[in-house]
Amino acid sequence: MTLNSKIPDGPIQQKWDNHRFNMKLVNPANKRKYHIIVVGTGLAGSSAAASLAELGYNVTALCYHESPRRAHSIAAQGGINAPKNYPNDGDSIWRLFYDTVKGGDYRAREANVYRLAQVSNSIIDQCVAQGVPFAREYGGLLDNRSFGGAQVSRTFYARGQTGQQLLLGAYSALSRQIGLGTIKFYERREMLDLVVIDGQARGIVARNMVTGKFESYVGDAVILATGGYGNVFFLSTNAMMCNATATWRAHKRGAFFGNPCFTQIHPTCIPVSSDHQSKLTLMSESLRNSGRIWVPKAKGDKRHPNDIPEDERDYYLERLYPSFGNLVPRDVASRRAKEMCDKGHGVGATGLAVYLDFSSTIQRLGKGWVEEQYGNLFDMYQQITGENGYEQPMRIYPAVHYTMGGLWVDYNLMSTIPGLFVLGEANFSDHGANRLGASALMQGLADGYFVIPYTIGDYLATSKFPKVDVNHAAFKDTERDLSQTTSQLMAIKGKKPVDVLHKQLGKIMWDKCGMGRNEAGLKEALQEIPKLREEFWNNVLIPGSADSFNQELEKAHRLADFLELSELMCTDALHREESCGGHFREESQTDDGEAKRDDDKFSYVAAWEFKGVGSKETLHKEPLAFEYVKPSQRSYK
Amino acid sequence: MSENTMTIKLKIWRQKDRNSGGQLVTYTMPGVSPDMSFLEMLDLLNLDLVRKGEDAVAFDHDCREGICGTCSLYINGRAHGPLRGVTACQLHMRTFHDGETIVIEPWRAKPFPIIKDLVVDRSAFDRIMAVGGFISVKTGGTPDGNAIPIAKPVAEEAMDAAACIGCGACVAACKNGSAMLFVSAKVSQLALLPQGHAERKARVEAMVAQMDEEGFGNCSNTYACEAECPKNISVEHIARLNREYLRAKFIQE
Amino acid sequence: MALSGLFLCSFLVIHLTINLFALQANHDKTAESFWGAEMFETYGHFMATHPVIRPLEWGLFAGFLLHAILGIYLYLLNRKARPVQYEVNKAGENSTWSSRFGWLTGILVGVFLVVHVNTFFVQSRFFGQEPMIRLMIEAFSSPAYVAFYMVALVFLAYHLKHGFQSAFQTFGLRAGKFEKLVNAVGVVFWLLIPIGFAIIPLYFLFAY
Repeated sequence: MTLNSKIPDGPIQQKWDNHRFNMKLVNPANKRKYHIIVVGTGLAGSSAAASLAELGYNVTALCYHESPRRAHSIAAQGGINAPKNYPNDGDSIWRLFYDTVKGGDYRAREANVYRLAQVSNSIIDQCVAQGVPFAREYGGLLDNRSFGGAQVSRTFYARGQTGQQLLLGAYSALSRQIGLGTIKFYERREMLDLVVIDGQARGIVARNMVTGKFESYVGDAVILATGGYGNVFFLSTNAMMCNATATWRAHKRGAFFGNPCFTQIHPTCIPVSSDHQSKLTLMSESLRNSGRIWVPKAKGDKRHPNDIPEDERDYYLERLYPSFGNLVPRDVASRRAKEMCDKGHGVGATGLAVYLDFSSTIQRLGKGWVEEQYGNLFDMYQQITGENGYEQPMRIYPAVHYTMGGLWVDYNLMSTIPGLFVLGEANFSDHGANRLGASALMQGLADGYFVIPYTIGDYLATSKFPKVDVNHAAFKDTERDLSQTTSQLMAIKGKKPVDVLHKQLGKIMWDKCGMGRNEAGLKEALQEIPKLREEFWNNVLIPGSADSFNQELEKAHRLADFLELSELMCTDALHREESCGGHFREESQTDDGEAKRDDDKFSYVAAWEFKGVGSKETLHKEPLAFEYVKPSQRSYK
Repeated sequence: MSENTMTIKLKIWRQKDRNSGGQLVTYTMPGVSPDMSFLEMLDLLNLDLVRKGEDAVAFDHDCREGICGTCSLYINGRAHGPLRGVTACQLHMRTFHDGETIVIEPWRAKPFPIIKDLVVDRSAFDRIMAVGGFISVKTGGTPDGNAIPIAKPVAEEAMDAAACIGCGACVAACKNGSAMLFVSAKVSQLALLPQGHAERKARVEAMVAQMDEEGFGNCSNTYACEAECPKNISVEHIARLNREYLRAKFIQE
Repeated sequence: MALSGLFLCSFLVIHLTINLFALQANHDKTAESFWGAEMFETYGHFMATHPVIRPLEWGLFAGFLLHAILGIYLYLLNRKARPVQYEVNKAGENSTWSSRFGWLTGILVGVFLVVHVNTFFVQSRFFGQEPMIRLMIEAFSSPAYVAFYMVALVFLAYHLKHGFQSAFQTFGLRAGKFEKLVNAVGVVFWLLIPIGFAIIPLYFLFAY
């Protein structure tokens, strides 16, 4: 099988427009005859389901939450990018395109990124029309801020709750269609398998999380918008239920997995306090606009931060990167924090934290100003740590936050299984090896509102769909297999609760496939993961019954998939003998410790084909051509 | 990190499913660190229960950052526990003291039937949203974001209302099980913004009718909702909802 | 509920205004010598006989009845919204007593009203007991009866404390700049009206 990215011909500025014209359309009267299944109702899923229903398609939407409004998109704080150039500071579609390709460390597909930049302006218009209360200036026009290392102010925001407001906007569009009866929505359903019939994705089987029953859903196309897999690390900023099950099981059915090792570690999270920690909390990196990051110059300095004089502090980001300072991209900021802690400069009880200090900003602009800008983050910090960030520096440490990798998709967002489309964080798409701040919301909504409504039509109009219903053998077999797997899990009755095994996996991944990776560590991990997987299948302990609401069983299904995916992540990380973006191979760095790419050997998307559990997956390469943004070593000095 | 651990006595509502009865069951929890979050304390309890072969306590939770609105615990007689403006997931054990007894119950309201233990079904909120919690715009074809200026104070007030996380604490805390604060937050947000004006009448009428149909109680203005709202949504929005409703019924064509 | 409540509030204002004139009654226990007391009797008579006021009386009665029936109906309806009560509920930490127990203060004020109406209205209207001032002097000579009034007025105060601003909230008027005004007037109302009413029996108890 060869990968065809289906990038349209023509100059990059015209690719999408040409493509939209060249794609086949579905006759308006025929749209209701097509049935589309949307799995996941976060930003990408809700916006896709709503937009497709508006067009007239018959849509079924499912999520494992009790309501679409709970999806983890809601937790995004900082903002959403669009090159409106309202502030007149030199922004343009081209600049956003350029920044995103460069920020992704030249491992993203140019054509996709350009399209993303193109449609992003429409997203803002769409959201404003839906009633998203973006921040405004006194004149009544939309406000922008600079965010995540961008040198222009192109980020639109709604206080520190931009993700929430955008999700609620998409949820309102979804709700409207549910009310109109064009979308059938099912809550508390977890997709456990994809059903492929004659090479086409024709439906899914999901577990009803309340009754435990397996339910089949038939469609002409399936859209996965099920988010990322950061929880493979156990501790991450992802919500507790975020998982890879839908994407992984689609992968096992034939969808290639793109760049699985590309994970993003976010620099401004609240450090781990103890072994009981269940998840990590991110604080918007907008904090880096006003806070200064430092560690004590002396190793193991245990003094109270306020007692450490100015000349004994090392503002290491400002020292190493004079032009970007504290605003270097996430991967750089994270890695440097780890480096400082590894060298013994870490602070706090665990020594795994650095200071984020607002004292100079408070002196300059007053506490009131800081409160107005970041009040909710300071409150959150105090709530979690019991410390007052106005009176002493906050402690921060990097944490897993986002996964750039995901199911491989072509320009139309279709995976290697015809009829299976993948949107949002679940696909590998637009962020390359590192995502810039305020770009995730942009991509999720771009995919859902402005890409899939066009590209899915082309697929539907050009494909044939033999009649299939839930009694088809493929559905029945899948239901039976899932039922057997579930019984098998329940019957193990071993000694270790799911979370205990998950923590073990998380530790392996964080230590060996986390912020820094090296050949020896990855090889160890590849030894340890299969052993842990075996232990899981022999020693996991799941209480309760399979035919009722059982959160431990839900977690077990998810962990079973993480235990397979983690192996692929390490395989991918091991094979990519270069550093790029969030993937830092310690063997491949410049003299001053920066990530060193190897464009000659690794300028491609690694798309992996499943070959059976425990068998090495087959690597397919999609070469990346950079016609418009010439690769250079990223420099933020 | 604190060295001192506490012993906590928990009384938790256990109920097998929607149709079964339930009761408070007592558990003793040693080794609780003050730095743990409330939900991490429950994780620890569950770990212990699972090891003993007992069924884990079911409770809804997801983001654990106070924004998704999933957690829904009635802790010691208060929605989301004793602190104001804080969700249960953001509550930490340092708020409690060694030897304390903590009673944990699910949200209780007829429109929120219990699914298991502390998990309730809040889909009534989604059904209210589906009849009017939106502005009817299709994707695409919308005017430029700056086409309609909105005064900053108006946008800010709309944002205050839009901050609602739909957790249902307002219903849980209200002696009447009323959903007025939840409904008013959405009605108010969309009534404030010019984009929402075209559908004001239909929206408020439909949402209020659905709210009543779901079986939520009436508002008797005790303002318990505002006091327990983890996002500090003001009852001023209820006043606005009432205005919108009267306007829809008596003034607007 | 709010509409009938505000209607009753307006009655309270008129009732108090007229009654305060009774304070002008002089110490020789006759009602004629002072202007105020004269006004009191004149208005009282006017109220009792005027062809327009008489139907309003029924309106007032209906207002009370409606307020009570609606109150009981809503109370029962609202209880249905929570069929299973909490084992532990600390409502005192999130809301005021007066807001939660409007039904109770309402019932107690209702009980008071039965006694009150019987003492004055029924006696004067149906048993021809006049002048009113004499009824008042007689009734308020009993310390127990005055004490009963004082207790009832405390309940009335609590009832108004919640009810007055609550009615404005229901009409959507307790918002923005209006909120402060409503709150301020509300305090005046729930404090001054019962105090005003309390002065009358106390005056008659101690002055005679």
